[in-house]
Amino acid sequence: MSFLISKTLIYAVPLMIVALAGVFAERSGVINLALEGIMIFGAFIGALTINLMQKANTFQIIDVAKDMGANWGKLQAFLLLVMLITAVAGAVFSLLLAFAAINLKADQTIGGTALNMLSPALVCFFIRLIAQQSELRMFKGDAASWFMVKKTMLGFEKSQDIGFLGETFLNKVYLTTYICIILFVLLSIFLYKTRFGLRLRACGENPQAAASLGINVFKMRYSGVIISGALAGMGGFVYTLTTANCVANGDVAGFGFLALAVMIFGNWKPLSIAGAALLFGFFKCIAASYSTLDINGDGIALLLNLSKHPTWGKILNPHLYRLIPYVISLLVLAFTSKKSRAPKAEGIPYDKGMR
Amino acid sequence: MSEFLKKNGTRSVLATIISILVGLIAGSILILIVGLSSSEIGLSGAWEGIRLILAGTFSTGRSASGALSFGFNPQIIGNMLFRAVPLILCGLSVALAYKTGLFNIGASGQYLAGTCATLYVALSIPAGILPQFVVWILAFLAGVLAGALWGAIPGLLKAYLNINEVLACIMTNWIAANLVTWMFDISNLKNMVEGTKTGYIYKTTYGLVNLDGAWTYKDGLGVATPKLGLNKIFPGSQANAGILIAIVIAVAVYIILTKTTFGYELKACGANRHAARYAGIKDKRSIVLSMAIAGALAGSAAALYYLSGNTELYWSVYQKLPAEGFNGIAVAMLASCNPIACIFTGLFMSAIDLHGLQLANLTAYNEYITDVIIAVIVYLSAFSLLIKTWLSGRKKTAAPKPAKENKANPGKGVAE
Repeated sequence: MSFLISKTLIYAVPLMIVALAGVFAERSGVINLALEGIMIFGAFIGALTINLMQKANTFQIIDVAKDMGANWGKLQAFLLLVMLITAVAGAVFSLLLAFAAINLKADQTIGGTALNMLSPALVCFFIRLIAQQSELRMFKGDAASWFMVKKTMLGFEKSQDIGFLGETFLNKVYLTTYICIILFVLLSIFLYKTRFGLRLRACGENPQAAASLGINVFKMRYSGVIISGALAGMGGFVYTLTTANCVANGDVAGFGFLALAVMIFGNWKPLSIAGAALLFGFFKCIAASYSTLDINGDGIALLLNLSKHPTWGKILNPHLYRLIPYVISLLVLAFTSKKSRAPKAEGIPYDKGMR
Repeated sequence: MSEFLKKNGTRSVLATIISILVGLIAGSILILIVGLSSSEIGLSGAWEGIRLILAGTFSTGRSASGALSFGFNPQIIGNMLFRAVPLILCGLSVALAYKTGLFNIGASGQYLAGTCATLYVALSIPAGILPQFVVWILAFLAGVLAGALWGAIPGLLKAYLNINEVLACIMTNWIAANLVTWMFDISNLKNMVEGTKTGYIYKTTYGLVNLDGAWTYKDGLGVATPKLGLNKIFPGSQANAGILIAIVIAVAVYIILTKTTFGYELKACGANRHAARYAGIKDKRSIVLSMAIAGALAGSAAALYYLSGNTELYWSVYQKLPAEGFNGIAVAMLASCNPIACIFTGLFMSAIDLHGLQLANLTAYNEYITDVIIAVIVYLSAFSLLIKTWLSGRKKTAAPKPAKENKANPGKGVAE
């Protein structure tokens, strides 16, 4: 159970933060279909940064990592730095969308699609050149565990029982998970309780009215897209680090699109998005780890046994669990389309003359 | 001359050429930068790469002295014709939807649905029961039908529940990817005969036969698209009649869209749904039919690709959506959504694809550079209207006010 919860959280967090990325763009009036592409780019930059820093031994990182138990704080600081770099990379990449959508008044759907094509193409191109194979590993050797926080690092004994909550939230977790949750909360407050947030949302609802009150719509929309890009780039890195074996390969398995679904499922509201992300993360978690998942703690992987069942096995197999989130979001869309409240002006290029 | 430039068609062609040129230049610059920053490749290597990207269709490999040689290469040209088939048809799928005011980003999913149905039908009918051409036609129709059904889902959601088709298409894409993987996972169509390869479905040239009471597959007993002598003209290539079928379909789509009442209704509905309904057009039916036809086109792309008999499917398709669907967007955008132009832009895309493969074979670069070029072209096509306006704006005296495109804006507003 503890495994299920912490694993669900690990899958839900990138979805949550990338869905929030979508919210920032759409609330400012720009459809960000390029979330997937930005995630891929962020994941690549993150993997590349760690890879290069390891090669160059920046900050004596290899020596620091030799004594992980004592130096885990430094390693986590290093992780924070990489997160920041991926956020910047994502923001820079999203400028392409902002430029097309805001300055050139281009079709945002096609622009986003183009970026979704451009990002994996560029990333694969460079990965092949850099790594001479189809994937780029963040680490050499066993360094993959650098960033994982274990209970021994926090001063507990290896055999010590730190309770259900402790095992779930303190052992074998990633700092990124908590950073993302904190960021999610802070940015949600930022979007709803500050002047800037209100102005941003106004630009997504009625930009002409906002402009008449002296708000610079161009600037607001740029901010929305850039924040969106930063979050999505970071989300891509978090996804790669925590769920994709620290490997960048020009693919995030449709997570960006799933995040888009989470955003709509959550009706563009942070709290609902957090709930939707947990639901989707749960299914992702089951699909990914059904073969080892021991739900009730009796040592039997229930779902694995089910998938081997002669008749039910054909239905209750991992393909089903991978399918469910998409089917649910389509059904939810179908049933809530009347209530669904998308920002009114999203997707429409801002035209001063259209009052 | 100025009259000529003023014409909308001319401006579309010019915008297309500009997009292609910028895309190729961007690719070349990338090659150059990488070449100059790498000591192994260097300037000469970069120059080789650029030449291959621009003229890889006519590459004949390397001469004895190690220099690149160019000339007529029937194998590459034949392969270009073969690979253009799914691109043209997916392009038509996107183009038809776009003309009717819908952005069909779901061509990938429809393509997968077509793949699944085609292979199931082609490989499930025991060899010898029906004449081969009947099996071929049945399999083709199954692909078309499956694509149409899959395309109709977002159409229905859009028409009756007003759900944005872009979102519905993205969802149905991933549903198709997982569903098709599932369908193949529980099927008996996984290639077990060639033990060296795992994870592939039988080619359609394999036929189901009953040997000593057990059903097995044997190569050479299945179906394949006739070559119609194209393999004589382009020896060693995969060219077959598929390209002719694709051209016929493109012409048919053109006629339907421009010369029939039905096509007019579809387009009118795309331009303004409410006005169309006011004029007595059944708008909901039109939207569903547009998406279904678009899906059928994408399904036919898959059917023709896999019925060729020389391609096999890696069935874990859930890992990556087929590129044909997204490249179809590029084909359609480059063609300004003109069905006839889709034939040429499809051929161009296919050629660029092969240039990338030649590049990967002959130099230290890899084939992903073509995806970069295609992506740049799609990016530019997002503001092709701007390029067109800019083109006519330069002729200020001739055309003071560029004719406003009276086109709908598909994909506008996710979940309107």
